[in-house]
Parts: sequence; C-alpha cells; structure tokens
Amino acid sequence: MTKVFETPLYPYVRCADQDAAEPARRPVVVIGAGPVGLALAIDLAQQGVAVTVLDENDKVSWGSRAICFAKRPLEILDRLGCGQKMVDKGVVWNLGKVFFDERKVYEFNLLPEGGHKRPAFINLQQYYLEQYLVERALEIGRDTGLLELRGGNKVSAVAQLADGVELTVETPEGPYRLHADWLVACDGAGSPTRAMLGLDFRGRVFEDNFLIADVVMKADFPTERWFWFDPPFNRGQSALLHRQPDDVWRIDLQLGWDIDREAEKQPERIAPKLKAMLGEDIEYELEWVSIYTFQCRRMEKFRHGRVIFAGDSAHQVSPFGARGANSGLQDTDNLAWKLKLVVEGTAPEALLDSYDAERVFAADENILNSSRSTDFITPKSHASRVFRDAVLELAEHHAFARPLVNSGRLSLPATYHGSPLNGPDCAAMPARTRPGAPASDAPIAGGWLIDRLGDRFQLVTIDVEAPSTLTIDGIPVERVALSAADNPTGALAARYLGEAKSAVYLIRPDQHVAARWEAFDAGEVTRALRIATARSDNAGRG
Amino acid sequence: MSETTKETGLQLAPNLPDPDGFYAELIALHEGLSREDSEALNARLVLVLANHIGDREVLREAFAAARLQGAPMT
Repeated sequence: MTKVFETPLYPYVRCADQDAAEPARRPVVVIGAGPVGLALAIDLAQQGVAVTVLDENDKVSWGSRAICFAKRPLEILDRLGCGQKMVDKGVVWNLGKVFFDERKVYEFNLLPEGGHKRPAFINLQQYYLEQYLVERALEIGRDTGLLELRGGNKVSAVAQLADGVELTVETPEGPYRLHADWLVACDGAGSPTRAMLGLDFRGRVFEDNFLIADVVMKADFPTERWFWFDPPFNRGQSALLHRQPDDVWRIDLQLGWDIDREAEKQPERIAPKLKAMLGEDIEYELEWVSIYTFQCRRMEKFRHGRVIFAGDSAHQVSPFGARGANSGLQDTDNLAWKLKLVVEGTAPEALLDSYDAERVFAADENILNSSRSTDFITPKSHASRVFRDAVLELAEHHAFARPLVNSGRLSLPATYHGSPLNGPDCAAMPARTRPGAPASDAPIAGGWLIDRLGDRFQLVTIDVEAPSTLTIDGIPVERVALSAADNPTGALAARYLGEAKSAVYLIRPDQHVAARWEAFDAGEVTRALRIATARSDNAGRG
Repeated sequence: MSETTKETGLQLAPNLPDPDGFYAELIALHEGLSREDSEALNARLVLVLANHIGDREVLREAFAAARLQGAPMT
C-alpha cells in the first residue's frame, strides 16, 4: 500500500525566479514545509501577504512523529481551514492510566470542560496534519496566487542585508538567488539556517534513548494513554502506549544511555519486548521505528534582524507533554498577524520584538514542564529515583501523592503575563481571560465564540453598546456584539464577565486578549490598540 | 472515601500548591550529594517536619501511611 508519506505532494517545478537576471524580491520567505512553516504560510496568505515556502523535500514527513494535538492548536488549525479534518480523522481520548511495576497506581481523566468546540486532545499522525496543510496551502495558492510552495528547493546560503536577506537556493537544475524582505526559518531542531548564521542553541542534553515504534495491530486496548514506570517487560525503564487512527499504536520504550542503537532497531530485538508488553499471541506489523535522544534548549532570541525563527528551530523540548508541534503552531499564530502589519507598514518593526518576548516566555514554560516530566520519568540520581518510586507507591494508596506523579504535563497555551502588548485589565473579570490569555471558547447563539474570532482586531462586547466598526491608525476593529443571555449555560458569563455586569474585550488577530473594560470608551480602545501594535508602550501595565 | 484519617485528621488529600515546583525543589536539594549524604539529609528532613507537626497522633498516622498500611484505593 502506498502511504501518504511516500507520495510527492509538491514536486520540484522550475520557476521564473530561477531565470531572473537579478534576484527576485519576495516579501516573506519561509524555509521548511513542516507543520510550522506551512501553518505560517497559510496564515499569512489568508491575511493577504504573499509568501514563498522553500523545502528541499517534496513529501510529508515519514513516521508518526508528533501525535498529540491539544485544543488550542486545533483552534488555530480551525482558523487555517484544517481543524475539522484533524478532528474527523483523529482519535479523541480523555483517560490516562499510570502503571508501576505490575500494578495500576493511578488514573487521570482530562475531564474536558464543557462548552468548547474542540476536545482537550486528539491523537493523529503528523503526516496527516502535514497532508491537510499541504492541501490547504496548494488550494490557497491556486485561489489567490499568494502562496507558492517550492519542493526540491534547498537553501544553501543566507546573508543578512539591511533591508532583508539574500538566499542561495539549490535545485535539481542548479542554484538561484532570491531576496526576502523577511525570512522565517521553520527548518526544525537541526535548523541549517541557524547554523549558517552561526547562532546559539543552548540547553540541557538528556542522556537517554527512546525507541518509538508505530505498530499496526488489531487490538482491543481502550482509547487511553497508558504509561508504565519500571514494567516487567522493560525493567528499570518506562513505556508508553497510545492509540492513533488506522489501527496504528504508538509505543515508546525507554532504552537507557549505553546501548547499541542499530541493534535496538532490529525487528527481532523489538519483537520479544512487544510480545511481553502486548501478549504472546499479538499479531502486528511495524510501520515505523526510530530511536531518539532529546534535549531541552532554545535560542536566546527568536528574532535576528530580518530573520525570525519559529517552532523546533527556535526551541526544542522532550516529547513528554506534547509540547513540540503544539507550541510551534502557537508560534505561527503569534507571528503571522504581526508580520502582516509590519510588511504592510501599519505597525513598526518593534511589533516583531513582541513575538520574541511572548514566545520566549512560552518556550521557557514548555521547557520547564517538559524537563520536570523527564526528570521524574528518568531520575538522574539515586535520591531522585527513591523519591520517584515513593511517589508512585504512595499514589496507589493516597490521593495527596497523585499530583506529584509526572508522566508528562500536557500542553496548555501560554498566557503572556507581562507582555509589552497587554493593555488595561479589569479586576472584576475572570483571571482566565485576562490580557495576554487566549480567548476562551464558549457556546453562543448559532455556534461557538472561537469561530467568530481571529484574523483581525475585534471588540467583543457583552451587554454594552459600541460602534460596529472603528478604524484606528488605519487598522479596522470590528465589533462582535454578544449578550450573556445568548448562552443559557452561563459559560460565556463565567468566562468573560465574572463579577462584572458588562464587558468590552479587545481581541488580537491571534485570538488572544489585548485589553478589557466594563464599558466602552473610544479613547481607551485607541490607546490599547496602539499598545497592542507596538506604537506606544504600556509602561506601568501588563 | 475520606481523605483524612478519622482519628487525627492527617491530611492525605492533595495539599501542596504548585506540586511540580515543590518536587523540583526537593530533588534539587539532593543534587550533588552522595547516597549516604542524601539519606542523612532525608533523616534530618523527617525530624524537622515531625517537630513542625508536633502532634504525636498525627505522626503515628503518618508512620502508618508511609508504611502503606491499608488496602490500595481505587
């Protein structure tokens, strides 16, 4: 059977830029057609910015790779026109079980809060996400001419200029040069762009190896996340079993540090472990096997002049917590609208420094959480192992120990505390929707709040009057008029009003809250919009 | 199922704010110590905490909880 990851989806085609006498000038060039590069390109093109994506390959990535997608990235993918396909194909799960030795010591239910369009998590192979993004990118390219996806285009040199970046691009028919006003490097943890510019990437190396296997089998294991500490079938190590669509199961087996990586990948070496784990009679086929080590690290700055880094090229985490692809998609969500305003000339370049401030903050949160999970899963000292095992033993008997069990703290969106873009807050309103937070979804008349938000600045009003549109310094702000009475379950009031009787929220194009008040005041909204677009600073606020 | 024992009210329900932060601090306390030094540190820590609790009944309940006496909860 031909799998999607074996099919060229955007094969090399010669383009006019290759024959130009002088390097053609492009407003935005993205390097890398993985989930992050494609999401950014789609977002920009949807918002009217022409974008060129270069990738040395022409296929989606091989193997399942990222498999857990959280609610917030699904909301972003909804905005990009891919969310429904993800949820239709993906597997929704809520229950996680933790085993220690031969016993189940703990189980957790994600217990997703009601009143959200999207579930807390779905499992789906990364190649499906990439396929949906490629399809959407090609569709936008055809419809608008604003998105060009060039396969077989490998960037071999990058030179920073005062007003952009000059690229040398290798193709099967030889090299050509290209001028990018802005370059976004979405070329992964091993980022060649980062290396070509000689930029840092510092952090912690974890001395451990993990075997990942995608196993195709007809099995009646439930749709749950099962995690083992020190199981009989992988003594002294950990293991994970997680379901994907198409009867594919993700199995992670920790191997330790001193191993023969090639030998461990051999099917005859893997078979006894899988049989011990899944049962002697299990019939399976190995779709993909990989051994990985990991690091938790980030670049000091994500913006270097006209070059911006997003996703794994800027920050890398351990896989525990599903914070890699999920945070990369949130990088693009944060960057696209800012780049658009800067390219158009409606906001100063300083707005791009807020991308650095906000996403470095988020990366640190992800690195902290994933490092802590890794330290719990693979204790680094005798004392650490003794405490880890004590927590697991106690968790079986006493509720107090369960919050200490850490097999991965699953990805949640960052709230940009102290962001330079945050405007006034209103203390009477709930903390979850304070400035810097992503807008919480809620059911509203005829659908979902989240579907009404995004791609432009908006003023959400609840039980208060305001003009239907405002134009501030050339930036339109569109009103979304709501009433608490529209939502009989009370979710809208609970998430946006709190103690307040009415509310006015200024929402950014990435669906994050910029500022909020109880009443509408045109001067206040103007001031907050200037802060949110880096035209004036928010000294004393945040 | 009550999360405190009947006799004394030993707190067995989650009671630590920021549990991951607490755990990281606890592990960091042992960083660089030999096995013997870690064990000695743990012993001192138990004594410091016991003195803070100060209630012999509560401490007896804690001893039993730490020995995993009683059936596992489901």
